[in-house]
Amino acid sequence: MSHRELDDMLGTRWRKPPLVQRAWLRWVLGLGLLVYLVLAIASVEVDWGRVYDGLDRGWAFVLAFTSPDFTSRASDIWSGMLESIVMTVASSVVGILISIPIALGAARNIAPLPVYMICRGIIAVSRALQEIIVAILLVAIFGFGPLAGFLTLSFATIGFLSKLLAEDIESMDRSQAEAVRATGARWSQWITYGIQPQVIPRLIGLSMYRIDINFRESAILGLVGAGGIGATLNTAFDRYEYDTAAAILLIIIGIVMALEYLSGIVRARVQ
Amino acid sequence: MPVIETTAGPAWRKRTTGQSMVRWFGWLLGLAAFLWCWVRISESTTWFFVWDAPRIASDIFTRATPPRWSYMDSLWLPIWDTINIATLGTMAALVMAVPVAFLAASNTTPSRVFVRPLALLIIVATRSINSLIWALLLIAIIGPGVFAGICAIAIRSIGFCAKLLYEAIEEIDRSQVEAITATGGSRWQVMAFGIVPQIAPAFAGIAVFRWDINIRESTVLGLVGAGGIGLQLQASLNTLAWPQVSLILLVILFAVVISEWVSAKVRGAII
Repeated sequence: MSHRELDDMLGTRWRKPPLVQRAWLRWVLGLGLLVYLVLAIASVEVDWGRVYDGLDRGWAFVLAFTSPDFTSRASDIWSGMLESIVMTVASSVVGILISIPIALGAARNIAPLPVYMICRGIIAVSRALQEIIVAILLVAIFGFGPLAGFLTLSFATIGFLSKLLAEDIESMDRSQAEAVRATGARWSQWITYGIQPQVIPRLIGLSMYRIDINFRESAILGLVGAGGIGATLNTAFDRYEYDTAAAILLIIIGIVMALEYLSGIVRARVQ
Repeated sequence: MPVIETTAGPAWRKRTTGQSMVRWFGWLLGLAAFLWCWVRISESTTWFFVWDAPRIASDIFTRATPPRWSYMDSLWLPIWDTINIATLGTMAALVMAVPVAFLAASNTTPSRVFVRPLALLIIVATRSINSLIWALLLIAIIGPGVFAGICAIAIRSIGFCAKLLYEAIEEIDRSQVEAITATGGSRWQVMAFGIVPQIAPAFAGIAVFRWDINIRESTVLGLVGAGGIGLQLQASLNTLAWPQVSLILLVILFAVVISEWVSAKVRGAII
């Protein structure tokens, strides 16, 4: 900055430089956002009378959290919860086992191009389709029950875990892998001694995180008939049994918190 | 490093006998748990439907192709609703998440003993319950429609946004805050000039990231009656109108890909 510029700036108040440099673009973006907001808010119909009527029920629901009813539907809650947990465990195990070879295939630095393309394709499909939509299709194909939920969660696990694991393999330290290869190791030895030790802590951390996600998702698959606690929860809402619904939600929150705490401990230990 | 005496001389092992026994039992327990889960799933499965699955899948596929393109005319309004649910929901969530994040961050919270745990509880509770469950709940309270969808998305997103934001606040450079404090800035001035500029890029990134996720989630909210394109999906599924279902699935896939692309572009421009 020259002296002339500094002299010019002397005595004038400093102003924060704007985020978008070009003035016209700034105005166009701002106006566009405003127009969109007006249109969007105008197109949302709110029946305030209905909302007002609902406030009582909302308050009843909040009160239900102070007296959750674990007992009157205990067997339904128990079997639904058990089914959710069973689906979570089975789908996590299967999903993780399948996602390891796919992750190896989707890492550009160890896989040949055709394999890479196929594995990336599998990951893209699995990530683009939502769990609930996959569950609808699988329920239509395999019938109601936890099998559809189990398959859905396994499928979703593959997309999540393979993508992150493949990225981790791609960013690994090359020299260790090269050192193992220089000893004349076979491909399987190369993977076991050169690559696996580098990515295993990350794999454990990601798996714990995915178990957590799978449990949360298993709670909603019941809404479309794919097994788990979701069906019980849906019935509780339909019958306006808020104390039972509150009990189920409290159990879900409790398990999720416990899982998060557990995964924190595990991740701290392996890293 | 344990050394085990063998007839051929001392041999190096990675683990002691006790450690490897513990590991072996760990694997055994894990395998037993998985097998037990699998037995439970297979008990509640009607295997007849599963053996029939390939036929049913191909049947559905032939019914669903080609998609009924003319149905697109009645999809434009639901698409607009879906975008509004995601965008307005994200905005409302950010408005609520900012104060929660400041209360939860250990360097800005007014009280680490009383306020911080409360803020963390809000974060965990809103995060661990899926938006579909929030939608079910809100529909029972304020009636079906787009408004319930916006509220469900907003509440669900608070925890996610607040968690990422408070982690960003905790990671700020302390020296800038100290510099503003040294000039005699008040609590609010320190906030506005010392903290906010440091977390603004993170905030924008989080907003776009969550908007992308919310587009995905809002496409299925209609399954429980909370407006958007999911309503059409539900109606088509109920009447077994498979050509319409396949068209809606294509639209959802397209929307997800577009939103991911937009989100990546915007984040690239900001950060």
